[in-house]
Formats: sequence, structure tokens, C-alpha cells
Amino acid sequence: MLLVMTGITGVLYPFAITVIANTLFVHQSRGSVLTEGSHSIGSELIGQAFTDPAYFWSRPSATGPVPYNAAASSGSNLGPSNPALQTAIHERVQKLKDAGGSQTIRIPVDLVTASGSGLDPHISPAAADYQILRIAQKRGVSEADVKQLVTKYTEGRQLGLLGEPRVNVLRLNVALDHAFPLKKARATE
Amino acid sequence: MIPMTASGLTQIVLFLLVLLLAVKPLGWIMARVLSDPADGQQPVLSRGESWIYRICGIRPQIEMTWVEYSISVLMFNGVGLLVVWGIQRLQGWLPANPQHFDAVPNDLAWNTAISFATNTNWQAYGGETTMSYFTQMIALTVQNFVSAATGIAVLAALARGFVRNTSQTIGNFWVDMTRSTIYILLPLSAGLALLLVSQGVVQTFEPYRTVTLLEPTVGADGQPVTTQTLALGPAASQVAIKQLGTNGGGFFNVNSAHPFENPTPLTNFLEVISILIISAALCFTFGMLIKDRRQGWALLAAMTIPFAFLLICCYWAEQQPNPQWSSLGIEATANAEHSGGNMEGKEQRFGIANSTIWAVATTAASNGSVNAMHDSFSPLGGLIPMWLMQLGEVLFGGVGSGLYGLVLFALIAVFVSGLMVGRTPEYLGKKIEAFEIKMAMIGILIPCAFVLIGTAVAVSATVGKSSVFNPGPHGFSEILYAFSSASNNNGSAFGGLNANTPFYNYALGLAMLLGRYGVLVPVLAIAGSLASKKITPPSAGTLPTHTPLFVGLLIGTVMIVGALTFVPALALGPVVEHLTLNQVPKAP
Repeated sequence: MLLVMTGITGVLYPFAITVIANTLFVHQSRGSVLTEGSHSIGSELIGQAFTDPAYFWSRPSATGPVPYNAAASSGSNLGPSNPALQTAIHERVQKLKDAGGSQTIRIPVDLVTASGSGLDPHISPAAADYQILRIAQKRGVSEADVKQLVTKYTEGRQLGLLGEPRVNVLRLNVALDHAFPLKKARATE
Repeated sequence: MIPMTASGLTQIVLFLLVLLLAVKPLGWIMARVLSDPADGQQPVLSRGESWIYRICGIRPQIEMTWVEYSISVLMFNGVGLLVVWGIQRLQGWLPANPQHFDAVPNDLAWNTAISFATNTNWQAYGGETTMSYFTQMIALTVQNFVSAATGIAVLAALARGFVRNTSQTIGNFWVDMTRSTIYILLPLSAGLALLLVSQGVVQTFEPYRTVTLLEPTVGADGQPVTTQTLALGPAASQVAIKQLGTNGGGFFNVNSAHPFENPTPLTNFLEVISILIISAALCFTFGMLIKDRRQGWALLAAMTIPFAFLLICCYWAEQQPNPQWSSLGIEATANAEHSGGNMEGKEQRFGIANSTIWAVATTAASNGSVNAMHDSFSPLGGLIPMWLMQLGEVLFGGVGSGLYGLVLFALIAVFVSGLMVGRTPEYLGKKIEAFEIKMAMIGILIPCAFVLIGTAVAVSATVGKSSVFNPGPHGFSEILYAFSSASNNNGSAFGGLNANTPFYNYALGLAMLLGRYGVLVPVLAIAGSLASKKITPPSAGTLPTHTPLFVGLLIGTVMIVGALTFVPALALGPVVEHLTLNQVPKAP
């Protein structure tokens, strides 16, 4: 009986789903990878780490050995009363402030707390807004130009109802490089 | 000020509404699949089904006593357990292992085998760093199906105990298990899997993929890192059944927080509905099987009311900013631009509301999958999932196992009220006597006892304490959560606890075995005993069990047993942590 069940649910079922999925949803079933020319530049579902002040930063990631290690997902698992969590958040706040683009508004909580997967591709629209001034200064363009791009890449709630509004950081940064190339801005600095 | 948002509350209401609307149609279909062969309503439904029986040498019309039924369950799960253990130990030599993972260590392999055979799906391992595609499919996906089907089968047997008049038998396990798998779990999973893939859940046999980073970073060793490796695999097919079968063992380490396992708010909604949909609909099925639908609705009400209340409490707790952060210059109050609240360990696309719906649903059921890290929940936000497991996972609960657990509580409730008025208690037309009450008490107390004893042993031993990650009372909570989860076959964790040690692998393995079969076998014993009794027509002195009064009585029984048993332990962990956290706000 176990053998028959293994055949049905362990072999037939996953193979059938794979075949159908690979036929109908070629892009999604294989990781929703974004390409530029012949290069794979990342997955639209998996975040990447950014530390350059001229890019929008993703949420902190707790994966090891490097942040956003998509082969070993992990959250921080720091408890709410753990002093290490308070220290980590304090350091992230400082880093954001040191990166420039001084702000009077307070930092949205999602930008300084580690995501559950360590691979979160999104930040909140508020977290993007917080970084606009910095990006604009570093790239030598107006705030309004950057804001326009952020608005373009802001996704609302799915079906108008589900989830939270969000901005895909990788896609936004790719678009940023296209619209306001970094090298040119750097050269004129 | 109430920190909850209108959008969050709307999503909670929508979730409950869709769940309850699905109960009747799905429950009706499942009742057709599980109908009593004694009624002559259970024809072999397809050629495939009779083909399975012929290959396996099963004669579907042969009925089993409760002892035979129990032995079949234990043998089937036992062999399954050994196979899962064997595949993990041999995976280095087996095919479909593109990442060339070695054999899983012995203690971890035992723990995982028990975990999947008992429908717990506790993960002491990280999926994408430990298990080959072969192991994920042939060992784990299969047990996801059959352990869930086992739960449904036992519930069907229990229902027969109530409707049969002086019968020695309660059905055929092989038939119940096969039909639950091929007519309920398989079609639902296939549909769900394809929906998930369309949204971006991966489903492929290709090896992991490497992409170039937009901005290179520097690794821990000081070397530049220019690429990112994307873990892939046949995830969608496994994710679908791990949700529907209240299994919960994720394909990836972080389970449904992983964007390849749960990429969008829509997949999140589908997956979280799937956790509870079969358990909720089985109430209606049970009502149909015992030929009194009002009883099914009463049981559903007894599940839904406390569930909704605890869900709102958990959402409220998580939407609060952590008091320790107040001096750090962070904006944690929700507005249209961000969800605020306690975002540590949560994903932006889900926010606070969807993370708490999931946390409460997964622990109310015996699912144990997560879309946020429970270890980082606020103290009270983490207390609620923990207590839901400790209640015995009867508020919806695992497929089949939740409802048969709640029926045990219902027996206690009629017994207590019978004592008050001095009459022999009856439930659903059967007299409830000493044997049934003894078995019900065993079934209720075994998991409770193991939670407390296991925690006590672990906090007294160095091997237990050395796995703790977070300091202070939260460390105690990690251990309490682990034993609550294992003994009640949940599988979620306060993930900071390093449970992949020989001590925890074996101790929690034992807890999972006792927690599963220490309830399942007494339930079958009750089914057998009830089936052999005469049906007693209700009289003027019978306590009606479909009324709001009885629903209240049943909820009260569940709450009182749960509170009396666990409040002292909870006071030592989350309650202390909550009080200290709110007392001394300070900057680091």
C-alpha cells in the first residue's frame, strides 16, 4: 500500500505538476529570473543586499555567511527582549543616518528590522520615501525624478485588498540605473 | 489607542468569511467520500480506486474492529517512518540529488521520520541545505499525504462509532485512507499547486541557479561576492499538500516566509485558507455522517468563536511597537505607507495582519508552517500561538485529528454536566460511560503531560539549556514552545532554539510519537466501544448538544483544561517577558 501511495503521491503527482507548470508557467516555475541581454541579474522574488548609498537599500537580512544568501534562508530569531536586537537596530539606524540625505521623518520600522526569510525583495513605500533624498543627491538628480520612479514601482495591495503596499528594491534599482546611470553622475561629481 | 488598522481587520474578516463559506460545499463532498459502507452508500468510485485495492490485495468490504483498525494505522505509519528514515540515510546514493547532499545524520533522520509520519512536520533541518529533491518528494511529500489521510480516516471511524448500533466494526482503514488521499487531498493539492506556481512558487528539477548581483558585496572572509545562488526545486507540489494536510514541513528553511514558497499576498491567502479549510469542513462532514448536521455546526461554532477572539488579540499584540524601540527614532505606528508594528522576522508583502492570521491559524491547526518567525513575535503575540497548541489543537486542529480531539472534550463536557444533574451522560445518541471517559482523559492528558515534563527535563539539563538562543524568560519560552509543538504534532518553532542536537532530536521525537498515538489510539478505542453500544433515543432528560448553551460549555471545558494546565508555565515565559519589556524602556 505504501508503495502504491508513493507511486501516486511521490512520483506521479509531483512529476505531473512539474510538467504542467513548466509548460504553462515557464518563467514562474523556474524562479522568476530577470534577464538583461543574456545575463541573469536576479529573481524578481528574491531580494539582494545594497550598501551603496546611491542605491535603495533592502531590508536587513539575517542569512549567513552573507546577507541575502538565497541558498540558505533564515530569519534572525532574535526575541523582542533580546538586547542584541536593540543593538542591531540601533546600528542600522546610525548607518542609514550616516549614509546621507538627512531626514526629519523617522525611519520606518521595516527598514531596520530583519525579514523572516532574509530574502525579502520588498520595502514599504515609506521606507523608499525615506531614501529618496539620499539617492537624488548621490545621483545628482532631482527628488521629484526619483519619486516618480518610486511611484512607478510601488505595488498596491493585491486585488486591492490583500497584503501590504510594497516596492520591489531590485527592480527599482535596476530602473534607477537605466534612468540615471551611476557612472555619469559620478564623473560629474 | 487601538493600534489595529482598518485594512488589517478587513483582511481578518475576509479570511474568516471565505473559510466559513467553504465549509458546506467541501464538507458535503467529503461526506460522500467517507460515507458509511454499512449504509450501502460507499461504492467504489473509480476504476483507479479498485485498481489500488487489487494491487494491494485489499478487500474493501472487509470491516475492522477498533483493535484491527489501530494495528493497521500503527503498522502503516511505522513502515512509512522506517522508509523515510532509510531514504534520508541513503540519499547520497539516490538519484535527484543535484546539490550532492550527504546522508542525513542518524538522530536528525529519526526525528524527521517521526515528525513526518505523525503529521507533525517539525523541522530540525533546513530544507534547501539538507534534503535532496528525491528525499523531499519520495519521503516527505508522500508522508504529507498519508499522515493527513490517516487523520481523516480515524475521524470517519469515530463518526461510525456514533451511528452504528451494536456493531463490532468501525470500517476499513485502507479504504478510508485511500479514499481520503485520492478523492480529497490529491485533487485539492493539484489545483492549489498550479495556482501557486502561476504566482511564482518554484516547481522544477533543475539544480540551483546562479545570478549576478547588481551590487557586489563582501563576504565574511573578506572576499568579494558577485553572485547569488537561488535554491530551487519541486516546491509547489509539496507546499500545496503541506498546507492542506496540516503538515507544515516547508520545502525551504524559513517555510512560507520564503518568497519561492509564498511569493505574493494572494498565495499567502490561498495557503493560509488551506491550513484550516479541511479541518473546518470536516465539522460539516461529521454532522452529515452522524446524520445530525446541527451537531456539526455546533462543533464548528465552538472552534470558530475562540479562534476569532485569539486572532484579534494576537494581531493587536503584534501591531504594537516594541517599547524598547521608542528611543531609537523609528516610526512603528501604521499608516497608509507602511504597516508599522513588530516587523522583526516578518515579510513586507504580508505585513502584520497576514503574519498574525497565519501564526494563529497554523497553531490552531496542527499545521506548523510559518510565514514569519515566531521567535521574534512580541511576548503576548507569541503566547497566543503557544497556548493554541497547548489547548490540544482542537480549535480547527489537524485534518481529522482536530475534530476527534474536540469530540474528546465534548465527551468531558457532557460528562461534567451529567454529574451536575445526576444523569448518565449521553452524546450523539450513545451513553457515555466509564470506559469512554477514561480514554478521553488519557487522550487529553498525554500531550499535556509531555509538554510539561519535557520542558521541565530540558530546563534542568545542560544539554537542554545549551541550545537556547535568546536570553532570559524568552529562552524558557523557546523550550516550552518546542515541547508544546512536538507533543501536539504542530511543528512550528521558536526557531532560535537549536533543536538539531541529539538530545532534542530524540526527546522531541518521543514527544511527537506519544502526542500522536497517545490520542489516536484512545479515540479508536472510544469509536469501537461506542459502535458496540445500542443507540439511545434522546429523552426529556438528554442534554441537547447542538445549542448555544452546549457550545459555551464545550468552549469552557477546552479553556479551563488549557488554562489550569498551562498558566503557570506561561507565566514563567511570555508573561514575565511582557512585564519586564514594558517596564524598563531604555536605549542601548
